[in-house]
Amino acid sequence: MSIWEYANPVKFMKTSDKVLPWTIGLAAVTLITGLIWGYFFVPSAENFGGSVKVIYVHVPAAMMAINIWVMMLVTSLIWLIRRHHVSALAAKAAAPIGAVMTLIALITGAVWGQPMWGTWWEWDPRLTSFLILFLFYLGYIALWASVENPDTAADLTGVLCLVGAVFALLSRYAANFWNQGLHQGATLSMDQEQHIADVYWFPLLMCMAGFVLFFVALVLIRTRTEVRARRLGALQQRERMA
Amino acid sequence: MTMLSVAGLAVSRGGLPVLENLDFTLEAGHALVLRGPNGIGKTTLLRTLAGLQPALAGTVSMPPESMAYAAHSDGLKSTLTVRENLTFWSSVYATHDIEPALDRMNLRSLEHRAALSLSAGQKRRLGLARLLVTGRPVWVLDEPTVSLDTASVALFAEAVRGHLASGGAALIATHIDLGLDEARVLDLGPFKARPPEEGGMMGAFDEAFL
Amino acid sequence: MIALLLRDLRLAVRAGGGFGLGLAFFLIVVTLVPFGVGPQGEILARIAPGILWLGALLACLLSLDRIFALDYEDGSLDLLVTAPIPLEGVVSIKALAHWITTGLPLVVAAPVFGILLHLAPEAQLWMIVALLLGTPALSVLGTFGAALTVGLKRGGLLLSLLVLPFYVPTLIFGAELVRRGAEGMNTQVPLLMLAGITAATIALVPFASAAAIRVNLR
Repeated sequence: MSIWEYANPVKFMKTSDKVLPWTIGLAAVTLITGLIWGYFFVPSAENFGGSVKVIYVHVPAAMMAINIWVMMLVTSLIWLIRRHHVSALAAKAAAPIGAVMTLIALITGAVWGQPMWGTWWEWDPRLTSFLILFLFYLGYIALWASVENPDTAADLTGVLCLVGAVFALLSRYAANFWNQGLHQGATLSMDQEQHIADVYWFPLLMCMAGFVLFFVALVLIRTRTEVRARRLGALQQRERMA
Repeated sequence: MTMLSVAGLAVSRGGLPVLENLDFTLEAGHALVLRGPNGIGKTTLLRTLAGLQPALAGTVSMPPESMAYAAHSDGLKSTLTVRENLTFWSSVYATHDIEPALDRMNLRSLEHRAALSLSAGQKRRLGLARLLVTGRPVWVLDEPTVSLDTASVALFAEAVRGHLASGGAALIATHIDLGLDEARVLDLGPFKARPPEEGGMMGAFDEAFL
Repeated sequence: MIALLLRDLRLAVRAGGGFGLGLAFFLIVVTLVPFGVGPQGEILARIAPGILWLGALLACLLSLDRIFALDYEDGSLDLLVTAPIPLEGVVSIKALAHWITTGLPLVVAAPVFGILLHLAPEAQLWMIVALLLGTPALSVLGTFGAALTVGLKRGGLLLSLLVLPFYVPTLIFGAELVRRGAEGMNTQVPLLMLAGITAATIALVPFASAAAIRVNLR
C-alpha cells in the first residue's frame, strides 16, 4: 500500500469524505479556543497596549501565507513529475486561500502597525515582501483562470509556481537589502515574538495550529469541489460521445 | 527501407482520445494519403507524429532528424521576401541551397516580392518550397493543397513525385484528389476512438475521476 | 540560431520602428514625470534612478506579448519547435532579439534621459552599468511570461501581472546600484547581486520558457 493510492481521485474522495468532518471540527475547536484564550485570558502587555492582541490572527495568517506557497510548490512538483491530477487540483484549491491569508496578514499588520508605529503602512522589508507575495498569488490564480484545458493550466501554473517560488524568495532578500540601504537598519521588525513570555506564546501556538487545521479543511473542501467539477466534465464529455 | 512505422498509436486532442489502434508503415519512395471527415483527428495525428504533442499510447519510430512538418498555416513572415523566408529555413536546417526549391515551386519570378504581397496560392507554394529546402526525407503534410489551383496542385504533385523518386517519403492528410495515383490511401474512419464499453480508449478521458 | 536572431531583428526593423518605439515610450515617461512631481532639480535628481528604471521596465513590458504571439499566429512557432534547433535555444535567441531591440537602445540613450532628469554626473556611468547588467534579465523573464501566455486570446494584461513581480529583485538592485553610485557609497553588493541575478536568469529561465511553450503547443 503506497501513499500514492490517495492520489487516485476516487480514493481521495472516499478518504477525504471521512476525514473532512473531523478536520473541520478540530479546526473550529482549536481556533476558537486559541482566539478566546488569547483575547480574553491573557493580560495586556503594558508597553504594547491592547492592539497587540491582533498578533493571534496576524502571525498565524502570515505563517500560512508563506507555507501555502510551499505547499503549492510541493503539489505542483508532484503533478509535474508524477501526473497525479488531485495534486494539481490541490494546488489550484490552495492558491486563493493563500492569497486571502496574505491579505489578512497585510491588513492585520496595518491595524497593528497604526497605533504602534503611527502609520498604516511602512515600506518595511517584511511588509513589502508580503505585498510582492500577494502579487505572485494573484498572477498564479489569474493564470489558472485564463487557460481552458485543465491539464495545460496545471502544467503552466506548475512551472510558474516553481519559478515564482525562487523569485519570491529572492524578492524577500532584495527587499531586506533595499530597506537597509534606506533606513540604516531601523527596521520595525517583529522579532519580539522570539522573546515573548509563555503566557502569550501558548495561545499563539494554539492559534497557529488552528489556522493550519482550518487551511487543511478548506483545501479539502475546495479540492473536492474541483474533483467534482472534473468528474462532471468527464461525464458530460462521455454523454456527448455516446 | 522503412522511413516511418507506427504501432498501436492512439492520439488525443485536448485530453480527449480521437484515434486509436493505428498501425502503418511508410517505405522510402512511397506516399501515404490520410483521409477522413473533418474532426476525425488528421491534424492531431500529424502533430503527434511531428512530436508537437505526446501520444496517448503506442509507438512511433523513425530515423532521427528525418521529418519535415508542414502545418495548415505556412509559417511565413509577411514582411520578409520569398528569398529571405526560404534562406531562413535553409539555414535552420543547415542546407543552404534554396535555388532548386525556387525553381521547382515556380517561385523564381517572385523571388524578391514580400510574402505579404503574394496571393494565397503563391504563399502555399512558398510554404511547400520550404519543405524542399529542409532536405528531410519524410514529409508530413497537413492539407498541403488548400487554396491551390489545378495547375499548382499538379505542380505540387510533381514536387512530391520528385521527392519520392529521390528516396523520400510523404504522409499527406487531404480531402481532394492529388493526382498521386501511386499513393496508398488510409481511411482513418475505422480507427476512430471507441467508447469504453467496446473496449476502446475513449474512456481514457479523465477516467480516473469516474 | 544566428539565422533566427537575424530574422527576428529584420522583422523588428521592417515592422516599423522595432527599435524606436521603446525609446519613444521611454522619452514620454521621462517627459511626463516632471509634470507630475514638479520641475525642481533636486527632487528630479533624487528620483531619477527610479524613474529611469521604471521606464525601462515598462518599455520592456510593452513589446513582450509580440515575442511569441506573431510566430504563434502564423504557424512558424510550430515549425520552429519541430526544427533541428533546441527549443531552449530558440527561446534564448528570442530573448536576445528582444533585448537588442528594446534593452540595448535604452542603455545607449540612458545618459540623455539622465540629463533631462538632472541625474548626478557621477551616477551616469552607474546608470549605464546598471541597465546593461539588468535589462537582459528583464528580457529573459519577459520571454518566460510570453511563453506562459502564448496561446491565450487576452494574454496582454495577464502577461503584465505575471511578469512584473519577477522584475522586483532586478529593479531593487538596479536602482540601488545607481543610488549608491551617485552618493559615492560602496556599490559592490548591488553590482554583484544584479549581475548574479541576470546570469542565473539567463542560464536557467529558458528551460522553464521552453517547457511552457511545449505545453502551450500541445
